[in-house]
Amino acid sequence: MHIFANPNRFLGIARPLTPWLGWLGGVLTLIGLGAGLFLTPPDYLQGESVRIMYVHVPSAWLGMAGWTGLAAASLMQLVWRHPLAGVAARAIAVPGALFTAICLATGSLWGRPTWGTWWEWDGRLTSMLVLLFLYIAYIALAGASAERGEGSRVAAIFGLVGAVNIPVIHYSVLWWRTLHQGQSITLSGSTIDSSILWPLPIAMLGFTLLFAAIVLMRMRALLAMARVEARLKRLAAA
Amino acid sequence: MNHWPFIIAAYAITAGGTAGLVLWSHVAMRRAEAAADALRRRREEGA
Repeated sequence: MHIFANPNRFLGIARPLTPWLGWLGGVLTLIGLGAGLFLTPPDYLQGESVRIMYVHVPSAWLGMAGWTGLAAASLMQLVWRHPLAGVAARAIAVPGALFTAICLATGSLWGRPTWGTWWEWDGRLTSMLVLLFLYIAYIALAGASAERGEGSRVAAIFGLVGAVNIPVIHYSVLWWRTLHQGQSITLSGSTIDSSILWPLPIAMLGFTLLFAAIVLMRMRALLAMARVEARLKRLAAA
Repeated sequence: MNHWPFIIAAYAITAGGTAGLVLWSHVAMRRAEAAADALRRRREEGA
């Protein structure tokens, strides 16, 4: 990771990588979602509404993986003072919040025809809502630190502490057996029939690559803005 | 109950949100990098 400590070296890799990730992610997402909409059969129990899985599961994965990445970047910022770690954490926050919000909205749209309700204060649903609030608080905290021209040390600590919610979300369906179904996909296999399951990994990979492209674009924007600010300060001081 | 309005709404929210964020991030990146390049060129011309 320390080889990326030099922003110029990072930009030398990020510039050619961004369009590749974006286009490949876009194509895989379209294939996964198209197959999920038109090529898979309806579920024997849920019927057609199972197709919401192809947008709901990737967004849930990205909401949780996003905060895990944010926490890892925060740790690198606090422990090793990696110059790009704080930038990476700030760049992850907005797409992480968006996909968490998409997860909650699509979950609600899936819940209405399946469970007969838009919302329930169930362990999984509530812990995902807490994750969205954590993202919003992090964005506000990091933004306020940047405006005051301070380092984002407080935001980094917040990012690290907020990671406590990730295992809570993961194990919520085991700890509180209320409305949300248990884990359908585990390391040992899946309870979903393969005729329905196969587009899901394609959609998940596609959304993940798009997420990575968004993070790289936001990191490049933050680095460029920091260069502009530093140059303007030097001009003002001269 | 007809499930398709729920499916279409879920896909529309996901596609709209993702495409919107990709576009916004791209425009913000291009603007910021263009501003940084313009300042760098000005400094090089002034030097």
